[in-house]
Amino acid sequence: MLTVLLIIFGVAFIAPWLHSILKEKTGWVLALLPLGSFVYLLSHLPQIAAGETITQSTTWVSMEFFEINLAFYLDGLSLMFGFIITGIGTFIVLYGSGYLSGHTDLPRFYIAVLMFMGSMLGVVLADNLISIFVFWELTSFTSYLLIGFNHEQEASRKAALQALLVTGIGGLSLLAGLVMMGFATGHWEVSALLNEGEVVREHAHYLPILILVLGGAFTKSAQFPFHFWLPSAMAAPTPVSAYLHSATMVKAGVYLLARMHPVLGATETWMILVGGFGALTLLISAWLSLSFTDMKQILAYSTVMALGTMMMLIGLGTELSMQALVVFILTHAMYKGALFMVAGAVDHEAGTRDVLKLGGLRSLMPISAAAAAVAALSMGGIPPLFGFVAKELVYEAALGAVSWPVLFISFAVVANMAIVAASAIVAIRPFYGKLVETPKKAHEAPLSMWIGPSILAALSVVFGVLPFLADKSLLIPAAAGVWGAPIDFYLSLWHGINLPLILSVLTLAGGLLIFWIWDGLRESAPMRVYQSAFATLPATVYDKLVDGMLGLAEWQTRVLQNGFIHNYLLTIITVALIGIGYTFLSKAGIHWNLQFADVHFYEWALTIAILVSLGIMMAFGHSRLTMIVGTGIIGFGLALIYLIHGAADLAMTQVLVETLTVILVVLVLTHVPKLKEVRSVASRSRDGVVALAAGLLMMMLIFAATAAPFDAFISEFYAEASYPLAHGRNIVNVILVDFRALDTMGEVVVVAIAGLAVFALIKMTRSGSSKEGKRYE
Amino acid sequence: MNGLLVLPIAIPLVVATLALLFRRSSVMQRWIGVAGMLVLLVSVAILFRDVYVDGIQVLQLGNWQAPFGITLVADLLSMLMLAISAIMGLIIAVYSIYDIDKERERYGYYPLLHILLMGVNGSFLTGDIFNMYVWFEVMLIASFILLALGNSKNQLQGALKYVIINLFSSLLFLFGVAMLYGMTGTLNMADLAMRLPEVENTGLVTTVAMIFMVSFGVKAAIFPLFFWLPASYHTPPVAISAVFGGLLTKVGVYALIRVFTLLFTQDIGYTHTILLWVAGFTMVTGVLGAASHFEFRKILSFHIVSQIGYMIMGLAFNTALGLMGAIFYVLHNILAKSNLFLISGIAQRLTGTFELKQMGGLYKHYPILATLFLISAFALAGFPPLSGFWAKLSLVKAGLSIEAYVITAVAILVGLLTLFSMTKIWMTAFWAAVPEIGVPDHFGKMPLFGAGNLYIMVVPVMVVAGLIILVGFYAQPLLEVCLDAAEQLLNPSVYIEAVLGPQ
Repeated sequence: MLTVLLIIFGVAFIAPWLHSILKEKTGWVLALLPLGSFVYLLSHLPQIAAGETITQSTTWVSMEFFEINLAFYLDGLSLMFGFIITGIGTFIVLYGSGYLSGHTDLPRFYIAVLMFMGSMLGVVLADNLISIFVFWELTSFTSYLLIGFNHEQEASRKAALQALLVTGIGGLSLLAGLVMMGFATGHWEVSALLNEGEVVREHAHYLPILILVLGGAFTKSAQFPFHFWLPSAMAAPTPVSAYLHSATMVKAGVYLLARMHPVLGATETWMILVGGFGALTLLISAWLSLSFTDMKQILAYSTVMALGTMMMLIGLGTELSMQALVVFILTHAMYKGALFMVAGAVDHEAGTRDVLKLGGLRSLMPISAAAAAVAALSMGGIPPLFGFVAKELVYEAALGAVSWPVLFISFAVVANMAIVAASAIVAIRPFYGKLVETPKKAHEAPLSMWIGPSILAALSVVFGVLPFLADKSLLIPAAAGVWGAPIDFYLSLWHGINLPLILSVLTLAGGLLIFWIWDGLRESAPMRVYQSAFATLPATVYDKLVDGMLGLAEWQTRVLQNGFIHNYLLTIITVALIGIGYTFLSKAGIHWNLQFADVHFYEWALTIAILVSLGIMMAFGHSRLTMIVGTGIIGFGLALIYLIHGAADLAMTQVLVETLTVILVVLVLTHVPKLKEVRSVASRSRDGVVALAAGLLMMMLIFAATAAPFDAFISEFYAEASYPLAHGRNIVNVILVDFRALDTMGEVVVVAIAGLAVFALIKMTRSGSSKEGKRYE
Repeated sequence: MNGLLVLPIAIPLVVATLALLFRRSSVMQRWIGVAGMLVLLVSVAILFRDVYVDGIQVLQLGNWQAPFGITLVADLLSMLMLAISAIMGLIIAVYSIYDIDKERERYGYYPLLHILLMGVNGSFLTGDIFNMYVWFEVMLIASFILLALGNSKNQLQGALKYVIINLFSSLLFLFGVAMLYGMTGTLNMADLAMRLPEVENTGLVTTVAMIFMVSFGVKAAIFPLFFWLPASYHTPPVAISAVFGGLLTKVGVYALIRVFTLLFTQDIGYTHTILLWVAGFTMVTGVLGAASHFEFRKILSFHIVSQIGYMIMGLAFNTALGLMGAIFYVLHNILAKSNLFLISGIAQRLTGTFELKQMGGLYKHYPILATLFLISAFALAGFPPLSGFWAKLSLVKAGLSIEAYVITAVAILVGLLTLFSMTKIWMTAFWAAVPEIGVPDHFGKMPLFGAGNLYIMVVPVMVVAGLIILVGFYAQPLLEVCLDAAEQLLNPSVYIEAVLGPQ
């Protein structure tokens, strides 16, 4: 299976090259890739149908803390998703080549869509928690590129970002959940985790794990209140919408929860969260679809509704609901894929997809109209189509819910009425009635664009009439995969007259009634309010969150990074004072081990002189000269202190350096403009307090450090070794050029570089107005 | 004793001197500059092998037994840092051939670059705390001049803030060294590690730890000490921004990792908790700073700050996994961040600006550049299967395994915001249509390869992007070395014995 994925990614990267050779035929050639993968999966069908599972594993990283295998697990569930991904993928590659024919970015479409296909296949086939996440993130990334396909339009860019952020935060939440699950069980392979359900469900971290995983699944599968990104993502070209945002990627969350059901499911929390959010999403979005006239928006919300249905079924957690789930997933992929492609064909050929501006296209686009009609009948759940089988099962599952069956079934029926109406709208309004003038002169779409929807629509009929084609081989193993234990059932159109059938009739009648009054209903005030509450509001909340974050960011940056070096230094010194000072006072405490007895009067005098000059500098230093003189006094004072304590050479150095510095600085200062005092008295006093505190802290620290007797073993070694071993009489010299010669070398480099700097800075100012030099100004 | 240890310091010095001798010849400068980096890289590779096979390598300079002379020590952490800086050095040297103007070349660009690397390498290798101060000085003076070289008003403003704040940090560093010397009588870090636990006034040791935290914190640009970085990093030529953005702050991080695993482990409950808070705030304030800017390099500069937070977080966890994550993060970040800076330079060459709002059309006209950006940007945001993913995964795992939920959540959310500001660059400079006015005539016509020699800038970027992908797909070797390095850090007795002999 790894090989298949590698081939898909490999071909994705050579797609532009293929396109430059094959031109218009590229789509037909590239479609062989998903088709081939489909056939590969098909070859495993007999094994899966016999109840086997297949695992393959290649080590990726294997070390302490990381056991990450590129492991794959093929059972009924992953096989069914694999079929959907590669099967519809085949049609999408074809469809895309027609839809984007002549578009300059078509090769980029091929790259992204094939990469997406590989990633999506990876998600459903992967067995390792970390590799699931890797593929999961790759689908988000490729989806970002695909939604932003029309990248010069701002709406596309915004929608792409929105989808990336919403699914991105979900992905991160998923990562945390998966890692915690791995820690809780010690297993990182899904196939192993399937047997560890008890351990996870009884673990202290079960609830956080569940919520984190749901965070990933709900955002990806557009559950309320995260559903808003999916309709926005319709900014993508229709092949992308049909593939990613209806048939495959948005089902990743559904897949994940179905996969994890044996591990995380079958608890009350699970049922409330997954079933509850699913039911809510289903009801809300079904009716939202009726508030739009854009075919893609209608289909987008009906997709959200379908995702809600799937979540609800997973949440119900009964054997029956698992059967309903797998049947519904398969049938949804068929009819929704077909409808999206037809909507795109209409848009492509007629120039609009607003149902109000369309009508009577049946005569001009007969094949598309027929495909749309069949697919819509399936979506509306009309016998003998496959959609009918699915809807009956959904109703049965809702009725069989362990808790609140009445709630679930009424949600389902009311939502399905809206969906019946929506199916009628997209299949009838553009194609029947009076022919309406459209922006483009409409005609039938090319073969590449109608072949997909036609085959998918035909399959809806075939599986509806002959459901046994799918149940034993694929659907039963798939349901068993979700259920976590062998399961058996058979599908048929006719179950006799029972409650689900009566409800179906009711749904159909209600749906047609809604279709009848749709024009009025859509424009009615309650519908407008409903739309703004559930479609616009969540998107607005998202916008407000982003704006709020940006506002906070700007405010924070203005406050922190305000551009004044004075403030920066003040902050840094204050932080240093507080951090060091607090630690010192709380951990070490002050040591006053001072002995004034042997301090001579001239030492006092010196200290006072230094302090006073400091004070003068601080208080009256209005000109640079005074300040320099002040520092000079301090320097010379220090030299005297060295002298008093017998460090004659140190004192000599100090005097020389000090003299030179003062003279040099004074010389420079004569060329510098006069100092202007800009700080207020308050600001100056604040600086003074900080400076004083800093000085005090330093002093106390030095007292503390010198409180214990100094261990002079190194100086003693230097004194002993200087002459006999290093052959030098002056210890200071020997330290500088031998014991610690590397320090000296470093400092020599510093001085040399400083010299180079002075040279460069002075010379470059004179000649530095060259064109190139200006480039960065 | 391993004499090779002196090479990463000696080679840049020799190369810088040579380059200075040929100051007037641009061609010679470039050749010497690039060849010098190559020699450095080879020497580091050989040394790496020694350390990897035979364990920690030590050189007692002047043959003075530790702790009396200065010791150079190469453990795995040092070697990883040396290796990545040598790689980036070579990349930058090649990129500079096109990016750096003749004027700067004549006034010592290449010698300064090599001296900067000498300082960086010295800091990674030294086993002596005062000697580290000296290397910091070397780095500071070289970087200050690289920043200021060119003398534009912008640059001088940035350079001034940079140097003043960094001088304060150095002062504090020196004071900390003096305190340590006063308390223990030694400067050798292995010896300090032995003697510090014996100091009676343990509170004072913790206080000194705080001095180092603030001082190195300024160098590493952590919250709330980072002001100098966003003020200066966007002013010099891109090659210099890239060196700074990639390497310099990481020296601060290295120093923090070194002292907070070797020297200051007496009161982990206190110091490392502070580090953890600091890490959180650094991540958040940095990424918000990036979110609020619209200049390519300013966004990148603020991101440096944010990502320093991740590294500090790994250090604060003080577990093998955490330290491994931190080290891996440093290495990955140097690759990804430097590369983004380098890409910003190419984008500027093409569009004539760094202002995102005046850019556009790069995706349409330069798909290869766009791909290179996507690789680096999504690696930075930690997308699998690129290098950043492993960094993120290690740290998330490290955080969750010690149940540090809050900081892990912060790290995860900051990752999303990182993605947000990376997409901001992508959506404006790359996806948006070419702006109608102010676009240079050569935009869309100047090829990445061929006439115009832009390839000199593009090829280094491709190499780094290749490394990012390689590290992503083939992560195990690097992850293992990082783990070994982390375990060496958690086990200081090995380091101490390598320096001082069996105790």
